[in-house]
Amino acid sequence: MSATKPALPGGLPLLAWGVIIALGAGALLWIFIAMYALDTPMRVHALLFAAAFIAGIALIGDRAGRSAGPPVGYNDVIVKYGVVASIFWGVVGFLVGVVIAFQLAFPALNFDTSFLNFGRMRPLHTSAVIFAFGGNVLIATSFWVVQRTSRARLAGDIAPWFVFWGYQLFIVIAATGYLMGVTQSKEYAEPEWYADIWLTIVWVTYLLVFLATLAKRQEPHIYVANWFYLAFIVTIAMLHLGNNISIPISLFSSKSVQLFSGTQDALIQWWYGHNAVGFFLTAGFLGIMYYFIPKRAERPVFSYRLSIIHFWALIFLYIWAGPHHLHYTALPLWAQTLGATFSIMLWMPSWGGMLNGLLTLKGAWDKLRTDPVIRMLVVSVAFYGMSTFEGPVMSMHWVNGLSHYTDWTIGHVHSGALGWVGFVSFGAIYCMAPAVFGVRQLYSLVLVEWHFWVATFGILLYITAMWVSGIMQGLMWRAYDDLGFLQFSFVQTVEAMHPYYIIRGMGGVLFLIGALIMAYNVYMTAKGRVRGNEAIEPERALAQPAE
Amino acid sequence: MAKFTHKTIEKNSILLLVLTLVVVSIGGLVEIVPLFWIKSTIEKVEGIRPYTPLELAGRNIYIREGCYNCHSQMIRSLRSEVDRYGHYSLAAESMYDHPFQWGSKRTGPDLARLGNKYSDEWHQLHMADPRSVVPESVMPGYPFLARTPLDVEIIEAVLETHALVGVPYDAQMIAHAKADLVAQLQPFGDLDGLYERYGEGIAVRDFDGNPRLISELDALIAYMQMLGTLVDFNVYKAQEADNER
Repeated sequence: MSATKPALPGGLPLLAWGVIIALGAGALLWIFIAMYALDTPMRVHALLFAAAFIAGIALIGDRAGRSAGPPVGYNDVIVKYGVVASIFWGVVGFLVGVVIAFQLAFPALNFDTSFLNFGRMRPLHTSAVIFAFGGNVLIATSFWVVQRTSRARLAGDIAPWFVFWGYQLFIVIAATGYLMGVTQSKEYAEPEWYADIWLTIVWVTYLLVFLATLAKRQEPHIYVANWFYLAFIVTIAMLHLGNNISIPISLFSSKSVQLFSGTQDALIQWWYGHNAVGFFLTAGFLGIMYYFIPKRAERPVFSYRLSIIHFWALIFLYIWAGPHHLHYTALPLWAQTLGATFSIMLWMPSWGGMLNGLLTLKGAWDKLRTDPVIRMLVVSVAFYGMSTFEGPVMSMHWVNGLSHYTDWTIGHVHSGALGWVGFVSFGAIYCMAPAVFGVRQLYSLVLVEWHFWVATFGILLYITAMWVSGIMQGLMWRAYDDLGFLQFSFVQTVEAMHPYYIIRGMGGVLFLIGALIMAYNVYMTAKGRVRGNEAIEPERALAQPAE
Repeated sequence: MAKFTHKTIEKNSILLLVLTLVVVSIGGLVEIVPLFWIKSTIEKVEGIRPYTPLELAGRNIYIREGCYNCHSQMIRSLRSEVDRYGHYSLAAESMYDHPFQWGSKRTGPDLARLGNKYSDEWHQLHMADPRSVVPESVMPGYPFLARTPLDVEIIEAVLETHALVGVPYDAQMIAHAKADLVAQLQPFGDLDGLYERYGEGIAVRDFDGNPRLISELDALIAYMQMLGTLVDFNVYKAQEADNER
């Protein structure tokens, strides 16, 4: 098939020339924008874009020079890059999280600067962990899973690499933008118009690569993990386009004005925001669960029928849940009630999915004791179950009246983010690492054990501190004295938070240490090393006859 | 034709894609679209006006520094909130907020009715060093705002873009955006045009205490001092049928 592809001078296929021309034109446009930029951030970003596009052209040329015949087997090189990027951004994101946690305990750590103050660092943290860490994990695992469950090589040659590097560029633009004060102030959708347009191009390419790989599949059925990945990719595209409709004040400015305002904008934001949780942090990572847990446990998924119900019920119900972020606000009550109702219904498919993951271990429960990687995966599903129970509880008006605006929400998010998303990602990374680096086994399972316990202890510190501080602050805000006056001034409630902010920060430090242990473990794995006497059975078996 | 079962979907990626899109579209359509045509979503209230150019510039500083990460601008209809912050927020009060600033977390207090609660001088001290006026505060200091000149060149384009998305800025307001911004800082200047365009109720003074510089702090304090002051709640009848939602 590849022989019939039209090729132009230089031995490059037509498509590659198209990409080179597009990148070249883009680089010129960005240089033009840089020359007439109205603000410094726009100038910096225009130059960054131009440099990246030129680097892209160089990469394609270099690749063509080295290419020797059509590629064979799975494309695991890109997964290797994804694993490295995931670990790198994970460490960065957790580190920024630790810094801002301590900024809340010790405000002097803001250093009175614009660049490093909490208001700019907090979006840096949320975007780094959700989109940079989580996004890279999802791209890497989806490329890993779709190839294996389709028994087909990843579609395209330049396209997947465009997705990978294009996504890294989006992350760098978003992150540097936050520090320079470029934000549209919509939570988890802070990047400005030009970064949004760039992400759209990258994301559509991602969808096409995924679909084209499915189209090449040698298996008649599309495996359940891929349903979740596909729903994640396409729904995130829809949400991203819906929540980022804005008009730049000029082509040469980093500033834009949102199309929608006030109440409508608020609901569109939380339709997006809650489903960034539902589809980015849940559906995508359920794809990981449905592939890596059965694979690692060497057991089939518990129930095929349950996975069908889980999938359709989850994606249908999740979309409705957004208004529970706006209880007792100026959003009309009918919308709030719909949001709360569907949030409670959402408990059922969430737990259905959790049970499907957990019960997959039926007949292999002993592996929890012997394999720390599977323990990490299974505990992640347990955290998923916990936070998807807590969520519906918090979405009821009478609970939300207390919990909203407090640290309880922060604790809830982190039990899901650290426990579920974090652990399922770490588990998948440990599963993939030996194969993508072409070695037989991980450097050390003992270090995975350490990672697991240090991080688990960190999560427990984090969420218990936030439960106590959140519920306490909620109660203090509404406490009345005997004369009918509010009992506490606002700043008294701030003061009361101090010890819990320190405990939370220490929990974050432990979680970060866990990630550093993982980084070391994967680095040593990449070098082909095996720690101490941890070599696995086959090697021992091979060694025995010689004795 | 073979019987349609779930296997049919599992074997066709485009069908799976299309059905997924349909299923995930429904909730959003049902909840969001009616908000644009049900008239009572935003109540009719006396006093709501677009931001003056100076206030709008201040709002952009508020957005840039990420104030929404720690401060809400949405007083919920709960007794303890109304007692602490004032009348619960109306939808109309944020109808010109592109985007909204309701927030989701109160590490600091709600700011929906911050206007006129403290003096300009308090704000100057507080922004330079929050702990100089509130010792227990954990807010970052923003001393750089007072010494950073405000970018007044872009204000016309900012108003123009707001007009594009539906904020009632007319041609006069856009043409005079820069002049109006400067005028609001000069109580002894010619104020006729400014009052004519935005009403006599707007505050005119040098907000940052430094008449020699149009600083970012000028704009931010002008914005903070008008928050929640537009509606007169002695006149507004919350219990009226039109306002019950």
